[in-house]
Amino acid sequence: MTTTNVSTTAAFGVDDLSVRIGSAQILNGVTWSVERGETLGIVGESGSGKSMTVLSATGLVPRPPAVVTGRALLGQPDGSQSDLLTMTAAQLRAVRGRRLGYVFQDPSTSLNPLLTVERQLTEGLEYHLKMRPAEASKRAVELLEMVGIPDPARRVKNYPHELSGGMRQRVMIAIALSCDPEVLIADEPTTALDVTIQAQIVDIVRSLQQRLGTAVIWISHDLGVVGGLADRIVVLYGGQVVEQADVETLFEQRSHPYTQGLFAARPTLGRTGNELVTISGSPPDPRELPPGCVFYDRCELRLDDRCRTERPPLVELGPEHWVRSFCATPERQEATA
Amino acid sequence: MTLFLLKRLGHMAIVLIGVTLVVFALIQLVPGDPVRLAMGTRFDPDVYAALRAASGLDRPLVEQYFSYLGNALTGNLGVSFRSGDPVTLLLLARLPATLSLAIASLVVAGLISFPLGIHSALNRGKFSDVVVRVISQFGVSVPDFWMGIILILVFSTTLGWLPPSGYVAITENPWEWFRRVLLPAITVGTASGAIMTRYIRSSVLESLGSDHARTARSKGLPERIVMSRHILRNALVPVITVGGVQLAGLLGGVVVVEVVFAWPGLGRLVYDSVAARDYPVIQGAVLLIAVLFLFINLIVDIVYAKVDPRIALS
Repeated sequence: MTTTNVSTTAAFGVDDLSVRIGSAQILNGVTWSVERGETLGIVGESGSGKSMTVLSATGLVPRPPAVVTGRALLGQPDGSQSDLLTMTAAQLRAVRGRRLGYVFQDPSTSLNPLLTVERQLTEGLEYHLKMRPAEASKRAVELLEMVGIPDPARRVKNYPHELSGGMRQRVMIAIALSCDPEVLIADEPTTALDVTIQAQIVDIVRSLQQRLGTAVIWISHDLGVVGGLADRIVVLYGGQVVEQADVETLFEQRSHPYTQGLFAARPTLGRTGNELVTISGSPPDPRELPPGCVFYDRCELRLDDRCRTERPPLVELGPEHWVRSFCATPERQEATA
Repeated sequence: MTLFLLKRLGHMAIVLIGVTLVVFALIQLVPGDPVRLAMGTRFDPDVYAALRAASGLDRPLVEQYFSYLGNALTGNLGVSFRSGDPVTLLLLARLPATLSLAIASLVVAGLISFPLGIHSALNRGKFSDVVVRVISQFGVSVPDFWMGIILILVFSTTLGWLPPSGYVAITENPWEWFRRVLLPAITVGTASGAIMTRYIRSSVLESLGSDHARTARSKGLPERIVMSRHILRNALVPVITVGGVQLAGLLGGVVVVEVVFAWPGLGRLVYDSVAARDYPVIQGAVLLIAVLFLFINLIVDIVYAKVDPRIALS
């Protein structure tokens, strides 16, 4: 087998997803899936295509200009899977907000500044669950309580600017979970928050996931956050999956030179006085992707001709551990570790 | 709210004192003696001195200013050199014509700018967007007097549909008022509408690409609700400010159009008074326009705070 597949039991997954906008190849044959109750971490640096993979799969990237190919499969209650990319706009709307909940990066801009928290919570309830306004308002208070907002009956009448950043993100989580979705898409939900608030948000999502059995897709550039939360991790680089494994395997046997670079670049307590390690260079321009390995320009382990001219396939190194690199043999890793 | 109003009225008072100072000083700086000018060829030194004393022009400037200020506060803006009528009455007589033209123009501007601006933003880059942008560029660039003359030529002289000029009070005959206000309102409203079209277009574009619009879409709401509740509503809040500025501008700045259409408004009065060096009238008109301007700004601020909860009134 030279490629991964979306498992037939997956709550949500993308299969061979490619996105092109103009001359830029944003995503190239990305495949991953998340099971019910599981957390999938998607990591990569800015521009690696992390957000694009979920936004394009769920119809939040306008087509045109984007050209999206592949499949985005959502598990149905009867055990079948339906492809979001072939759905009509109306069918997609019935999925978004109802079966897929979203939390975005910056809660100070993601909430509508002119509407109360209540209105932003109730509109989805009224539309998807056909709740009456009074019923939806009551549910809104319960949802705020669920995400740990003190004095929810009062807070629900607030406008976003009257809440702190952490509270706003809790409101976003409450909105995302309001219609009891099967999949929660968290697109860098802690990036814009203080470190202490980050931990709170991670805890809330983790405990709610355990309670509700939601599948979570957690997108982040922060391996530390994802490592403490995810069951499996997908590493994206240059619009491709470069490594994918369960979290223990990835932390212990990381094999792609890029993943190794990401780990090396993590600041660690107790390693004071040293300069922070960086991966030199910058990500490839999606309009001019190299013909060979997308990481070629920055790779310290590259083998000259093959890596430059031939695109490496995704190879299964161990059980459910996939790597896209010619240089990622365990031996080589040991040699450089 | 009350505190806010008091605060704002206090600010307005300070600005108004500034305006009176500037107006007073400007008049003093202009060469030429108004009394001498008014007497023309019938100059007589004794009468001249008596007239100067009667109008207080022989007193020190500071004293003149304070008596002017005191009178202005009680509604006495002096007497026109030209006609001898109280300035306050002259201004009040002109106010309805100016106000009704300004509001009609704003309505025209709104009727032009909202549909065009929103359509243009929603169809960004398409042919109709380009057409709207060309039209609005045209509207901004065309001089209003030229536009007025062309409209008169087409709709009055050639087609004979509307009277070329003149004014009938709206209280007297609303239909005749409407027939007469149409051409000047279109003339003035086109320019304002063109500016507002561009503003609305960019504001809607910004709102379309905003994070909260993405959130609204991620909720799976129908496009109709996403548009009305989350995109247009947010986009149009800042337009209140532009509309207010346009209205304030219309109240004081349509001099040329009022002249072209023989519209007896404030602008026309200022124009005639400048030509005749009728200083009390000029002073009074500038003061009135400043008051109107500040008043509209206050209303804009109150409305803004009502629709945008982030703006606190206190």
